[in-house]
Amino acid sequence: MSKDSITNILVCGIGGQGVMTATEILAEAAIAQGHDVKKTEVAGMAQRGGVVTSHLRFGPKVLSPQIAPGTVGVLLGFEGAESLRWAHTLRPDGLALVNNARLVPPVVELGLYDYPEDPVGQIRAAGHHVVAFDALSIARELGEVRLGNTVMLGAIADHLPFPPDGLLECIVKRFARKGEKVVEANRRAFAAGRAAVSEIPATA
Amino acid sequence: MAAVMPAPAQSRLLLSGNEAVARAAWEAGVRVAAAYPGTPSTEILEVLATFPGMHTEWSVNEKVSLEVALGASMAGSRAFCAMKHVGLNVASDCLMTMTLTGVSGGLVIAVADDVGMSSSQNEQDSRFWGRFAHLPVLEPADSQEAHAMTLAAYELSERYQTPVLLRLTTRICHVKSLVVTGERVEHEPKGFEKDPQRWVMVPAHAKGRIPGMFAREEALRAESETTPLNVVEVGSDRSVGFIATGPAYMHVKEAFPDAPVLKLGFSYPWPAEKIRAFAKGCDKLVVVEETEPLLETEFKAAGIACHGKDVLPKQGELAPQVLKPAVDHLLGRGPKPAAPAVKPPQVFPRPPTLCASCPHMGIYYTLSQIKNIIVSGDIGCYTLGAGHPWNALDTTICMGATMGVALGLDKGRGESDKNKRVLAVIGDSTFMHMGMQGLLDITYNRGNVTVLLLDNNTVGMTGGQATPACGKDIHGKPAPQIDLAKVVAALGVNPERIKVVDPYELPVLFKTIREEIKVEEPSVIIARRPCVLIDDFKPFRPYLVEEDKCTGCGNCIEVGCPAIHVTRREKAIKPSGKEVELAFVNIDGQACTGCGLCVQPCAPDAIQHVPVTGVPIHVVKTGVQS
Repeated sequence: MSKDSITNILVCGIGGQGVMTATEILAEAAIAQGHDVKKTEVAGMAQRGGVVTSHLRFGPKVLSPQIAPGTVGVLLGFEGAESLRWAHTLRPDGLALVNNARLVPPVVELGLYDYPEDPVGQIRAAGHHVVAFDALSIARELGEVRLGNTVMLGAIADHLPFPPDGLLECIVKRFARKGEKVVEANRRAFAAGRAAVSEIPATA
Repeated sequence: MAAVMPAPAQSRLLLSGNEAVARAAWEAGVRVAAAYPGTPSTEILEVLATFPGMHTEWSVNEKVSLEVALGASMAGSRAFCAMKHVGLNVASDCLMTMTLTGVSGGLVIAVADDVGMSSSQNEQDSRFWGRFAHLPVLEPADSQEAHAMTLAAYELSERYQTPVLLRLTTRICHVKSLVVTGERVEHEPKGFEKDPQRWVMVPAHAKGRIPGMFAREEALRAESETTPLNVVEVGSDRSVGFIATGPAYMHVKEAFPDAPVLKLGFSYPWPAEKIRAFAKGCDKLVVVEETEPLLETEFKAAGIACHGKDVLPKQGELAPQVLKPAVDHLLGRGPKPAAPAVKPPQVFPRPPTLCASCPHMGIYYTLSQIKNIIVSGDIGCYTLGAGHPWNALDTTICMGATMGVALGLDKGRGESDKNKRVLAVIGDSTFMHMGMQGLLDITYNRGNVTVLLLDNNTVGMTGGQATPACGKDIHGKPAPQIDLAKVVAALGVNPERIKVVDPYELPVLFKTIREEIKVEEPSVIIARRPCVLIDDFKPFRPYLVEEDKCTGCGNCIEVGCPAIHVTRREKAIKPSGKEVELAFVNIDGQACTGCGLCVQPCAPDAIQHVPVTGVPIHVVKTGVQS
């Protein structure tokens, strides 16, 4: 088994957005496919709106839980500026899937720092392959803003080394006890997430 | 987390190191488990509390938790104790003597070092305690090992009648990987055996226990030579060999897959013969340990030539990207490691913030408006008061330190601080952990300190655990509830100087602090409101900003609420000719829970309730309770 057979996914966002839960579902899907899995966070005081990154590595046998900079295959970004913050971790042929959300912290509102102009454009300008979409609007159109995380998972579903249905099954399993209506809404959100990234031309 | 408990034996689960340790402690037949919450160790007891057949508790501090575990062990029960690295400093008084008594029922202390400092005030290496107290130290490298080593630790503990230190790091505690579970094996306590020579540590008895402690250490040294926890992996490229412990082992395997590795899971006492034999088979030997050069220094003292912190950093994690270039340089295969080649883009920092409606915001907004004060602080969410926009906390050292530091600031003041007032800020849980003694010192020694006791009914920073003042136990069931105001009075504070205020009521808070800092004796202001992240918090009707009324003064932004956002900025010239920057705002209705803190500094009355019904309105009162 070579190290290259390890899939490295970095999920980033801010505390409270559901980054860790989304990564956990991705991890469950990888386990169901028979992979060895390690998942780790840097989330010291994440509950308080700080930066959260969740590293997911899976393959035949995973050693270090941390993804080395420059080796991320897919960056799943829950927020624009946070995606820009971590874009340098992508490997040259890596892909950034970025939710266009703009979450502005108090230090920016106080005028101490500026929010970056066009984070997605900056990631693209750095030579990375980016697909951007608006998970919140998609979720709102589906009638429930809390579906945003399932939209995010739908977005990455076609960029995994296993079929999208493997991931969908884990989402369905997680929501099964909440009833068929909730499961159905999540199925729609998942499909909408997949569609959102396939419709946009993935220009490098 | 809930999946850990009901899972039958032989389940293959994705568990964090903390969950794995908890599961294994339960399987080991532990009957008593105690801890004080502390990142990164907190979840161990949270998970254990969901298991049947044992007493679990949040103790008031780590010292008490270790004493509870020791007492349970004396009674013959298997006992468990978990803490973060700095917690073992607090518990060390007990540790340094229990190494003499030894244990009856197996006793394991899980100590979690915050390597990389995600949520701590220092980065100390708890493996030192193994040397200091002559105790065995086990260091797992992932969740499955954390599970296996917890079970091994109980076996060792009972065979050698010794407490065992299970040394974890953040990268063990919070990494999830696959674990195969086992069955619980009950261990019936054999009962307390009266034996004063052993359990009563007066000098005459303790002197007699010291030779036994050293003999035990030697026996453990021999055990370390043969234990399956210390493994040699031969490797194919012998130009460099590694001795690695804990998560650093995984990083070594990732960075140098072909190198020989001696993995020390049982890292103290270490196996000298095994290490010498291993060293002979490698051209160069590198010791990879987080964080201090402990093994390296000891190896060198024993005449074993090795590298370590001469090439690797003495702080932070030894991730592959740190390890690889440093060792490549040592081998002459690469340049001296420099800063990463790819420069990260410049994005604003996003420090943790207080939550919308956090009662601490009212405190720090008020303190930021008062001049000529020195504010000593403590450990908890309220340490964030040192940040923007408040900048209203001047010191933070360790649990409970605010009291002693404030008294020292008062007694040690020079001419330049003559007119300054000293305040001490502390949370309810930190007060009960280690602040009560400090307050007693203030009253006894006639300190002139105004204490702000922030009672949010929980341990906030670690995720909302129960405290003796919240009326609930670790299971959320009703528990005896202590009255903090009565405790403060019993510690010698003049009852007239004890005030209870609502931190949402800024005028009252401001007036109370102003009055109390003028009084030349200790005062305690108890600010009482539940943490917004616990069930006791009930949201109020949210607010919005009436756009046409907002004058852009920016006063509300100074409150520091993350739900307030600037919609546009303009420059304006005041009648005085001074140029000012105006910031017009709105409020995120999803995030606002209607505390009303931002309403109070808004001069033009632009902040109004959203027009919904059915959600109660928070009414700002003006009276002071005493």
